[in-house]
Amino acid sequence: MKKYLIIGGSIAGVSCAEGIRSRDGEGEITLVTAEAFSNYGRPLISYYLEGKTDIPRMSWRGEDFYEKNRVQVRHGVTAEKLEPEAKRVILSTGEALSYDALCLCLGSHPFSPRFEGLETVENRFFFTTLEDALALEKAVGKESRVLIVGAGFIGLKCAEGLRDRAGSVTVCDLAAHAMSANLDADCAPILEKHLAENGLRLMLGDTVTKFEGKTARMKSGKTVKFDVLVIAIGTRPNVSLLAEAGGAVNKGILAGERMETSLPGVWAAGDCTESMDVSAGEAGLLAVLPNASLQGFCAGVNMAGGAEKFDKGIKMNSIGFFGLHIMSAGTYTEPVYTEITEHSCKKLFAAGGVLTGFILLGDVSRAGIYTSLIRERTPLETVDFEALKKEPSLLPFGQAFRAKKLGGAV
Amino acid sequence: MKRVYVNEEWCLGCHLCEYNCAFANSGESDMVKALKGKPIRPRIRVEGDDRITYAVSCRHCLDPLCIRSCISGAIHREDGVVCIDREKCVGCLTCVLVCPYGAVQPGPDGAAMKCELCLHNAAGEPACAAGCPNRAIVYEEREEGQA
Repeated sequence: MKKYLIIGGSIAGVSCAEGIRSRDGEGEITLVTAEAFSNYGRPLISYYLEGKTDIPRMSWRGEDFYEKNRVQVRHGVTAEKLEPEAKRVILSTGEALSYDALCLCLGSHPFSPRFEGLETVENRFFFTTLEDALALEKAVGKESRVLIVGAGFIGLKCAEGLRDRAGSVTVCDLAAHAMSANLDADCAPILEKHLAENGLRLMLGDTVTKFEGKTARMKSGKTVKFDVLVIAIGTRPNVSLLAEAGGAVNKGILAGERMETSLPGVWAAGDCTESMDVSAGEAGLLAVLPNASLQGFCAGVNMAGGAEKFDKGIKMNSIGFFGLHIMSAGTYTEPVYTEITEHSCKKLFAAGGVLTGFILLGDVSRAGIYTSLIRERTPLETVDFEALKKEPSLLPFGQAFRAKKLGGAV
Repeated sequence: MKRVYVNEEWCLGCHLCEYNCAFANSGESDMVKALKGKPIRPRIRVEGDDRITYAVSCRHCLDPLCIRSCISGAIHREDGVVCIDREKCVGCLTCVLVCPYGAVQPGPDGAAMKCELCLHNAAGEPACAAGCPNRAIVYEEREEGQA
């Protein structure tokens, strides 16, 4: 009987267990997670603060998942050391767990540059786990002035989640625009206006140079008084467990399309990895939930002897703020279509005869047709791209495509 | 499993499937009461141009990207049928972002909705197929992977 060990209880880890069980009903699966509560989508934490979900509903594969899939779970435990020759992992409890196949779903950690005086701030938080959300929930009251450093999607979702709980919410970012990693200068102002109309105070192109207790001194010379601080500048993959064991690491753990690391018997999935981005033609961090799930499942199937590939990875995001939906995907190469109104923005990017990316703000209907073009690297000469640019539909794909997709099980 | 299949060459473009779908999912027992004077929200849609028409609804894929991608775990299978638990759904629309067929859409309350083969409504079996006047939409078993 094969012994499987999964480190990490978020989406990649749970999906890995699903992948293993899709091929091996017998093997022994142990899952180790640092968190007290696992098997939940991390992006849900802002929806939790907003009151759109609660802890029971947050369970990703259901509370009986581990039992039904015969997964032994160890909550509140971390993996301290990997010994690849001995095929075992040393836990924070001092125990050694041996394995035949190991999957590292180590996730990422919030990154914080060294702010002068940060240690003088009493109420400071990150915003990546349920624990963070629960701590923020306690710390923020009706009168609280919240300052969030970072106007990426983590910072802005946090701001949305806190708006109705707090007295005021200010978000600053050194970048000139909100969501600078996802939006460009054409699309971002529409979002910024919408956020301001919904009560958020944005300070863009500005950041904190020094903290003095409840005061932030800004680069612009302004000062911001606050009660609660959230640092949402970005995340970094957790790679040290593998790197210290001699495994190959760049920004993330290097895992090929089978999600195998450079160490035999060791697999990796999720935010800790670096994978081929087919829209960019090079490896990169593809740290979004759908990829974690696809990678985890792929790793699990392969650990159990299957032949699954994760070979259509791209960055992709769907997010909404106060009713305004934003989707982005892939790599922004040459803009080939732009449509901007007061409340919406649509941009498509193509290079080398394939669609490589898009930004949609406002009207996001049927966006998956574009996402699929990017992931499948569909040659644009095989579709009526002029028609597709204007409206995503299956008509421009031709009759043979539709006969296959709508007339068969796909 | 049985799925909804579309024979494009037989589609008349009459949009009856959209009305039957909206009615079946309305929870009302009277079609006029359910649809008259209201914007309809069918989970199947007729698309095309002045020459070609066909209907598109959820394919209940063999390996659904939406189930893998759903951030809340709201999308799941029930006897092969891909369903959305609208209590769990937070309306992030990641499913809309990944569905290659454009078959998922936001519902009136913000939660995502799509064809569930009339599994959860009173129609019992897909109302689009049952009411299609030219059998362009059928509900039947076809070999998986075969067109």
